[in-house]
Amino acid sequence: MTTTVDEEVTPETSGTAPKPTKRQRQAARIADAASGGVKMLLFKLLALGIIDAIAVFAVFVLVGAGQWLVAAIVGVVAVAVNWIYFSRRKLPAKYLTPGVIFLVVFQVFVVVYTGYIAFTNYGTGHNGSQEQAVSSLMASSLERVPDSPTYGVTVVDQFGTLGLLVTDPDGQASVGTTEQPLTEVDADMEGGKAVAIDGWTTLSFADVIARTDEITELAVPFSDDPNDGAIRTPDGSSGYLYLSNLEYDEAAGTMTDLSTGTVYSDIGTGAFTSADGDELLPGWQITVGFDNFVRAVTDPRLAQPLVYVTLWTFAFALISVASTFFLGLFLAIVFNDMRMRGRKFYRIMMILPYAIPSFLSALIWAGMMNESFGFINQVLLGGASIPWLTDPLMAKVSVLIVNLWLGFPYMFLVCMGALQSIPDDIQEAATVDGAKPWAIFRLIKLPLLLVTVAPLLIASFAFNFNNFNVIYMLTDGGPRDANAPIPVGFTDLLITMVYKVAFTGQSRDYGLASAYSIIIFIIVAVISIIAFRRTKSLEELN
Amino acid sequence: MADSLDTSAGTPYREGDLLRSGAVVAGLDPQAVETAKRGGPRRPFDFGRWFRATGWRHIVALIMVAFALFPIVFVISSSLNPQGTLTGSNALFSKIGLESYARILSDPQVPYPAWFANTLMVAGITAVGTVFLGALAAYSFSRMRFTGRRFGLISIVVVQMFPQLLAVVAIFLLMSSISDWFPAIGLNTHIGLIMVYLGGALGVNTFLMYGFFNTIPASIDEAAKIDGAGHARIFFTIILRLAAPILAVVALLSFIASVNEFVVASVLLIDTEKQTLAVGLTKLVSNPRYADWSAFSAGAVMAALPVVALFLWLQKYIVGGLTAGAVK
Repeated sequence: MTTTVDEEVTPETSGTAPKPTKRQRQAARIADAASGGVKMLLFKLLALGIIDAIAVFAVFVLVGAGQWLVAAIVGVVAVAVNWIYFSRRKLPAKYLTPGVIFLVVFQVFVVVYTGYIAFTNYGTGHNGSQEQAVSSLMASSLERVPDSPTYGVTVVDQFGTLGLLVTDPDGQASVGTTEQPLTEVDADMEGGKAVAIDGWTTLSFADVIARTDEITELAVPFSDDPNDGAIRTPDGSSGYLYLSNLEYDEAAGTMTDLSTGTVYSDIGTGAFTSADGDELLPGWQITVGFDNFVRAVTDPRLAQPLVYVTLWTFAFALISVASTFFLGLFLAIVFNDMRMRGRKFYRIMMILPYAIPSFLSALIWAGMMNESFGFINQVLLGGASIPWLTDPLMAKVSVLIVNLWLGFPYMFLVCMGALQSIPDDIQEAATVDGAKPWAIFRLIKLPLLLVTVAPLLIASFAFNFNNFNVIYMLTDGGPRDANAPIPVGFTDLLITMVYKVAFTGQSRDYGLASAYSIIIFIIVAVISIIAFRRTKSLEELN
Repeated sequence: MADSLDTSAGTPYREGDLLRSGAVVAGLDPQAVETAKRGGPRRPFDFGRWFRATGWRHIVALIMVAFALFPIVFVISSSLNPQGTLTGSNALFSKIGLESYARILSDPQVPYPAWFANTLMVAGITAVGTVFLGALAAYSFSRMRFTGRRFGLISIVVVQMFPQLLAVVAIFLLMSSISDWFPAIGLNTHIGLIMVYLGGALGVNTFLMYGFFNTIPASIDEAAKIDGAGHARIFFTIILRLAAPILAVVALLSFIASVNEFVVASVLLIDTEKQTLAVGLTKLVSNPRYADWSAFSAGAVMAALPVVALFLWLQKYIVGGLTAGAVK
């Protein structure tokens, strides 16, 4: 809380400022204490107290979970925060720390982590450790033990994870999921069968029907030892004990199929593989080096979509920037005339598309562009059947039209501001020298305008390069390319492709999706650096 | 136009010339000024002249207004249509009723009020947090000189080139491991989502505020300092008050961005009643079995209203903020 004049806004040219004398420092401290007030101090103590309490709690939980490294990081950060705020110096740090913590965790770290994931095989079938893969393999090769007792079963849900609430023949209830072996619990009983439990949602009959496929796949391990088998339920109401068909030999690192005698061994590909190349899935997560990148650009079924998606992403971003900019500029010129009446009214009407959240606009446009029922075909075009969103070429045109609708108000506002900020005397001077209006515009106003809007055009390019909402809400990337092994379509941008590879469809491939992300990072970074170099806008920072 | 300035060529001095050259200097059309200054009986209305001067501008304006408004008119019309389907919405304003609004608000399958509340909460807290974190950082960049300041400014620009949605896979995996230890702030929680959004707080917004803070004279701080105010008091009672317009712009831009955000929200929020409007409404209409277009339109109109109202209210400041980055 010391704020001496020397400490702040010291001109950088003066080099090392003379150190304040002891008396000066004392005086500053007294002035500070007089101004800060007890309330401020109490507030600071309270805030730091809460943060410290949370940090201590977090460290305990993390140590309990065996996460030593994360616990250490949390501890170090907490100590650093206390040191910064109790120190009488470190003034800039006091203001920067809160934002920087969020920035480092949720922006910088996740980018680095994306880089790491891109070098792993993380995804469906490879999303855990080897032990998890073993127990899940054992669980998936289960066979019902003949004449085993029947267990009462209730299907329960916690945050989207299904679990089984099992009542054994003695009436003891226990709960577990595919990953959590059965643990005994106190549950609400009804007719000798446990039906509900705190912290879990019991699935209704309709839900059970709707999620039959997931439920019949469930195998809840009986205990920590996979050789004890698991409980499965064919109908969501009664369960049976199943034993595994596979045998795991930990010392040799092999899986043996007891029925066929085939031996699957760990050959370093993240899955147990038999001699003739069959893989047992799920496998586990390993680092695979540049495999994802190599696969993305050499596997013809992946490389072809990557090429046309990349080209389309560039085309989409460039055409979007150009079309919105020229329309916005044209409108700015048209409306930049003092004699015109109602300019304010027109302006408000025309910025409405910009004010409406874009996801809503895109959804509304998707409805209007519906081929058989949409407003555009049925009313505006009197019953035409133009495949606005279902034909590969038309879908691209439609996306560009909608993005023009969404983006032109921004460019209009920006160009209007830039035009008005050009001093009038430049135009007067040109007029005096006999220049025609078109020449004035092309040779004087446009270059001046470009100087001010160029950084915004670059930003707009970067934004449209990753314009997820328009594509996803309007066409969902479709129409779908049937030849590609990933769910990619003809209007997909790179970013929607990342989302689809990672989060839709049966198999999620986090590794490949992250590799695509890294490719986008590099493209956007290179373009931005080149563009900013040319506009010299980074050099203005001071 | 230039000819009228040529008074040195022996033509006698006339008042009209002065008027016209004055008009040229002011960047106005000389004829229009002449018309305005003449007064007396008005010249008969000449359509051709009017059309060449401003009439064609009105035609352009009307075309653009039609282009800008027709989706909006369509969605308002279909939201007022008591029946459901997309086809039924095509006859604009053929029937008027509020049944669709009632349906979307009371449908037990569609927790629209919860989505609305979630969106307001997540976007509101994110906006306040973004303004606070950004203003703190901008203050230190603007008013203090320290090692690493230039590096800090540049790295904020650079980091912004990598938008969070690109790292969505890593964010999802990070949040799912956080929920293994701290379920209260992990997946499927609003706090978790807000924390992720706040990761983007130091960014373009910080730059907007930094630029604005630089325009507040440092002598104000110094005067306050001489009067005995500490740095915290200067920040909270002087800088933040003086910078209120830019704070409003940043808050609004951040609010709109969070309302619009789909990717991270759709990945982090799993339960239907925890989702935001962007996720909920998108999943609703993309479900082929959902055919109630009017109810969706009603939901869309209600969702857009607060954002549009805020936008139009703060319009003047936003336009300033949009260009402030470039037009210095």
